[in-house]
Amino acid sequence: MLKMNDVSKIYRTDLIETYALRKFSLEVTAGEFVAVTGPSGSGKTTFLNVAGLLESFDSGSFQLDGTDVHELSDDARSRLRNERIGFIFQSFNLIPDLNVRDNVEVPLRYRRLSATDRSERIASALELVGLASRMKHMPSQLSGGQQQRVAIARAIAGDPAFLLADEPTGNLDSLMARQVVDLLEQINEMGTTILLVTHDPELARRAQRNVHLVDGQIADFHAYEPRPSAAGNAGAALA
Amino acid sequence: MFAYYARLALHSFGRNPGLTALMVLAIALGIAVSVMTLTVYHGMSGNPIWWKSDRLYTVTMDNWDPQNAYRPDSRLPPPEMTYRDAHHLFDSGIPERKVLMYSSNGVMSAAGNTAPVPVNTRFTTADFFAMFEVPFLYGNGWSSGADSPPQPVIVLSRDENDKLFGGANSVGRTVRWNDHEFRIVGVLNDWFPLPRYYDLNGGAFSPPDAAYLPFNWGVELEQLNNEETDCWGSHPVNNFKDFMNAECVWLQMWVELPSSAARTRMQEFMDGYWAEQHKAGRFQRPRDNRLTNVSQWLRDRQVVDNDNRLLVGLGFAFLAVCLINTVGLLLAKFLNGAPVTGVRRALGASRRQIFAQHLIEVGALSVAGAALGLALAALGLAAVHHLYASAHLGHRGGYQEITHFDSIGVVWAVGLAVVATLAAGLYPAWRVGRLPPAMYLKSQ
Repeated sequence: MLKMNDVSKIYRTDLIETYALRKFSLEVTAGEFVAVTGPSGSGKTTFLNVAGLLESFDSGSFQLDGTDVHELSDDARSRLRNERIGFIFQSFNLIPDLNVRDNVEVPLRYRRLSATDRSERIASALELVGLASRMKHMPSQLSGGQQQRVAIARAIAGDPAFLLADEPTGNLDSLMARQVVDLLEQINEMGTTILLVTHDPELARRAQRNVHLVDGQIADFHAYEPRPSAAGNAGAALA
Repeated sequence: MFAYYARLALHSFGRNPGLTALMVLAIALGIAVSVMTLTVYHGMSGNPIWWKSDRLYTVTMDNWDPQNAYRPDSRLPPPEMTYRDAHHLFDSGIPERKVLMYSSNGVMSAAGNTAPVPVNTRFTTADFFAMFEVPFLYGNGWSSGADSPPQPVIVLSRDENDKLFGGANSVGRTVRWNDHEFRIVGVLNDWFPLPRYYDLNGGAFSPPDAAYLPFNWGVELEQLNNEETDCWGSHPVNNFKDFMNAECVWLQMWVELPSSAARTRMQEFMDGYWAEQHKAGRFQRPRDNRLTNVSQWLRDRQVVDNDNRLLVGLGFAFLAVCLINTVGLLLAKFLNGAPVTGVRRALGASRRQIFAQHLIEVGALSVAGAALGLALAALGLAAVHHLYASAHLGHRGGYQEITHFDSIGVVWAVGLAVVATLAAGLYPAWRVGRLPPAMYLKSQ
């Protein structure tokens, strides 16, 4: 489903070249919950940006759902991102002057869904995260945990195959963080593949496997015991 | 998506109302200044009878002193003609319509009712009204049969008819013009061609005359031209007959030629006459017989002078400065919103969609800027109008006549505003779409 082979990403300045990813290979199958860990500057976020089609890469190959993304136009990449990928960010990244409903609606707008379809999906996503009653609230009127749940609702409203989460609990206290991770697990159990970037080893243990990055390369794989409710994913192959 | 983008534009304006107001004001000021200068320029340079561009010509011949050009600084023949030459050319049967005319002064009163008042009067021939498409409120012009011998008929302007008859239909009534009685055959409707192309001598923006009499009355009553009369040579001029035979230019002549063949024939007719006169000792300068259409005539007579062109240039330079400032403000605003743009890109917006979204925001700004700019331009033109009207002590004529919007001016202004602002917004809108979204997602 997601297959990277020898992907390298280099940031260049006039003086130096920095490998953010160096011959990085990873295969993630449908329904997996994969944690990506590593120290700062190890390439975790770059990996997530490349996987989310937000950044290009310099060499190697990357297939998403069987499509080679390297040669895709911006329009095609955007469409693929819109239809297949959902993002969750550390700092929530809600649009401050849109209310909860309108924030969740953003990816659906770009998919050109009908108003009825959009409304149904928004209601369903907000229901799932427990914020159906807050549709008219502005982001500034919500707590951090609530904002992140809105961000999750926005990410899943389009029913993506992948959910890419970059330190989703980094700005939350432990209680809120636990709620968010519970929610991610719940979404994963519904069949959505999750790639979670985190510093937090405890959080990483909630995933089915852990990919540890150092200097843009995979330093270690770690498979965890399957969650009882996610048994179908236990046999996920390690690349 | 248009409605969605428009809604986002409103959100964006609400987020930075001060910056938005500044941009609208910058656009509006640039538009207002350029529209004002353009309106005046358009009023000056417009051809008020453009639909006859290929038919209507003024006739000029260089009869001037072989030793001295009429105007040393220009290569043009005198703008008017001698009575002798005009009279001869007027006899040609080639033009579909032909007009011989000059302007003079007189005093006029409604028979027995009012005190005489001075009136600018045009002595002209019957075709004047049809050739220049002069609108009539009552009656008509006189027929060519009334030209010679001249019949005692007169046409009044609407203003003059209002003064003498309170606006009533005065056709058939009589007026006294310089102690001669004339029967009114027509009253003009409002008619104020700008510039007054058919006779630029009294000022390009002067009002038309108050009364119109058959040309030969001017000759018979020995009425002198009240505008430009230039003579050369040492022939004594002791009376009106001497004046008519002298090398004095004072008559305007216009012809309407229905085809290029007719134009060629008329040119040949003029050249033949020139050759004949040349042989007889006149026309000793190089042959320069011209049939000049209205647009060229306005250029030749420099109705739009270099100062006006410079003013338009400065107006557009100011607009450019305003737009460059707007580009800077837009760029700052859009780049400031880059994190949100990054989020939208992450959620599936393509560069094209981001570009369209921002372009619609620019479009909304341009509409607001255009509306305010037009309002400011209207205010500015009204102020200039008031200024010139005061200087003219309430009389018509002069620059105040061109300090108002016409329909073409408004179309120009709106087009200019929208195109200029959209052009200014293209780069910022394109630039924000090219931003790498990943860079801003972490920084929000």
